[in-house]
Amino acid sequence: MKLTTLLASAALALGLAGAAAAEPTKVGFVFVGPIGDGGWTYEHNQGRLAVEEHFGDKVETIYQENVPEGADAERALTQMALSGADLIFTTSFGYMDPTINVAAKFPNVKFEHATGYKRAANVSTYSARFYEGRAVQGTIAGRMTKSNVIGYIASFPIPEVIRGINSAYIHARKVNPDVQFKVVWAYTWFDPAKEADAAQALIEQGADVILQHTDSAAPQAAAEKAGNVITFGQASDMGEYAPLPRVSSIIDNWAPYYIQRVQAVMDGTWESVDTWDGIGPGMVKIGEISSAVPEDVKAEALALKEAIASGEYHPFTGPLNKQDGTPWLAEGETADDGTLAGMNFYVEGLTGEIPQ
Amino acid sequence: MDLSAINPVLLIASLMVAATPILLAAIGELVAEKSGVLNLGVEGMMITGAICGFVAAVETGSPALGFAFAALGGAALALLFGLLTQYLMSNQVATGLGLTLFGLGLSALIGQDYVGIKAPATPRLDLPVLSDLPVLGRILFSHDLMVYLSLVLVAAVWAGLKYSRAGLILRAVGENHEAAHALGYKVIRIRLMAIAFGGACAGLGGAYLSLIRVPQWTEGMTEGAGWIALAIVVFASWRPWRVLLGAYLFGGITVLQLNLQAAGAAIPVEYLSMSPYLITILVLVIMSAGRARAALNAPASLGRVFHASN
Repeated sequence: MKLTTLLASAALALGLAGAAAAEPTKVGFVFVGPIGDGGWTYEHNQGRLAVEEHFGDKVETIYQENVPEGADAERALTQMALSGADLIFTTSFGYMDPTINVAAKFPNVKFEHATGYKRAANVSTYSARFYEGRAVQGTIAGRMTKSNVIGYIASFPIPEVIRGINSAYIHARKVNPDVQFKVVWAYTWFDPAKEADAAQALIEQGADVILQHTDSAAPQAAAEKAGNVITFGQASDMGEYAPLPRVSSIIDNWAPYYIQRVQAVMDGTWESVDTWDGIGPGMVKIGEISSAVPEDVKAEALALKEAIASGEYHPFTGPLNKQDGTPWLAEGETADDGTLAGMNFYVEGLTGEIPQ
Repeated sequence: MDLSAINPVLLIASLMVAATPILLAAIGELVAEKSGVLNLGVEGMMITGAICGFVAAVETGSPALGFAFAALGGAALALLFGLLTQYLMSNQVATGLGLTLFGLGLSALIGQDYVGIKAPATPRLDLPVLSDLPVLGRILFSHDLMVYLSLVLVAAVWAGLKYSRAGLILRAVGENHEAAHALGYKVIRIRLMAIAFGGACAGLGGAYLSLIRVPQWTEGMTEGAGWIALAIVVFASWRPWRVLLGAYLFGGITVLQLNLQAAGAAIPVEYLSMSPYLITILVLVIMSAGRARAALNAPASLGRVFHASN
C-alpha cells in the first residue's frame, strides 16, 4: 500500500512537472516481439513512427521490445510510467492484467491495451476486426486448395485467435464444402524456427494452404521452399513473398488510431473507450491479391471485402452451429460483439479441440 | 485421430533439420566446458552467427561463405568473452549472460537493413542413386551439407577428446588447471582456443537457422535455442554422443508434437507442447543415473578462474 502511494505520488509529481514545463507529450509502447519481426510488432512500430512524424517536436516516443507477457510486463510498464510517459500503448493480449494493475497505481497516466477486454477509467482497449480479413482469406483459401487440406498455425487459444480460425473456416467451407482445417497451436507469438517447423509439419500432412496467426514470416519461407503451397501475410504485408507463396495478406493499420489517441491526450479530451474497427474504417487492410490467384477468385474475394467494408455483410451470419451441433445463430442472424469478444468455441465442421 | 497422415520418413528428415542448430551449438559448448570454461553466451553467439552468416550470404550470394563468416562472427564474440574471463578475470557466469544480451543487441543492429530479404538457397545433397533410395534416400542422403558436417563434428569431438593428445591436454586443463599449468601447458591459450571453437560452432548453428531452417533474418530469431543447447550439454553429462542424442530427441519431439497436433491426436496440446523439454531431460537424466554420480563427470575446474600466480 505504501509503495502504491509512493508510486502514485511520484507519477503525480512527474505529471505536474511535465505540465509546468510544457514538455512534449511522452508516449510509450510496449512490444511483445522485436520491431524487426516483419509482422505484428513491426506494424505497431510503424504506427509509432507515424505518430512521431505527425506531431514532430510535440511528442516524444519511447518503446520497449521483447517484453514477456506476464509478471515482467508489470515491471516494464511501471518503469515506463515512472519515466514520465503520458500515454502508454501495450500491444499484446497477455499484457491485459499487468496493464490494469499498473494503471491502478498511476491514475494520471493513460493506458491503451490492444486486443484485450478489461478497461478502467484510465485504460482503453482497442483492437481490429481481423476476422473480417480472415473471411476474405478463407474465401481465397477454399477456392485455391487442391488437396482440400488447409493448415492453420495458431498461437494461443484466446478469443482473438479462435475468431480468426472460425471466420476463415466458415468462408472456406462456403466456397468449398470438402475443405478440412488442420490447426497447430504453437504457443508462441514469435519463434521463427518453431513457426517454420509447424508449417513444415502441416505441409507434410497434405496442406497446400497455410494460414498463420503468428508474427514472423518464417511459414512463408517454409511454404516457398516446399513449392505449390500458398500463404497469406499476417499483420504485415510480407510482400517480399509475393506473388507466390504469399497471395494476399491482412495488414494492421494502427497509425490513424495512434495519432487520434495522442491528439486526444494533448487536447485533454482522452476518455476510456473500447475501439474495435475493421475493414470499413481502415484499421484492417487487405494486402494486394497477387497474380497467382485467378481473376474470378480475386473478384469474388474483393466483392466480399467490399460487402464487409460497407457493413452489408457480417462474417458471422447464421445459420451457424457450434462444433457440437448446438445452434448458435439462426438464419440471417449476426453475432453480437460480446459473443465475438469472448469466443471460446469452434463452429460446426472444425475438428479437434481448443486447448483450455 | 489420423496417424497415418504422419509420414515417418519425412518426420525423421525434418527432425534432423530441426535438431542441427542446437546440435552444432551444443557440441561447441561441450568443448569449451571440457576445457573448464562455462560460457553462458551461447544464445548471443548463435544469433551473432545467424546475422553474420546471413549478411555474408546475401552480399556474396554464397551460402558457403555465409557459414564461414558465421563461424568467424561467433568465434570473434567468443574471444571477447575469452579476453574478459581469461585475461581480465571477470566472472564467467556474469560475462556469459552479458555476452548473450550483447549478442542479441549487436545482431539487431547489424540486421536492421536485412529484415525481409531472402537468403540464397542452399542446395540439398542430391546423389544420383543413393538419394533416390526409397526410405533411406530421403533420411540419409538428401540433406544439406551442414547436417553431415554437424554429425562429423560430433564424431570428431568424441574421437579427439578420447584418443588424441590434444584432447587429453584439453581435458587435463578442464579437470585441474593448476596441475596442467605445473606440467607446462598454456592453460589460457588452450582455453581461448576452446572458447573460439565453441563460438564458431554456435555461429554455425545460428547461421543454420537464418540460412536453411527458417531461412530469413528476423531479430531475436534464435528464441532460446542457445539455452537449450547449454542444458543439453549438462544433461548429456558432457559426452558427445549423448549430446547428439539429446539434440535429436529434442528436435524430434518438437517436430513430432507439431505433427501430432496437425493429425488431430487426442492428447491435450499443453502436454504436447511441454513434451520436448520434459522427455529430453528425463531420458538424459535416466541415462546418467545409476552410474557413479553423473555430476562427477563435470570438468572439475568448470567455471573456475585461473591465474598463473595461484
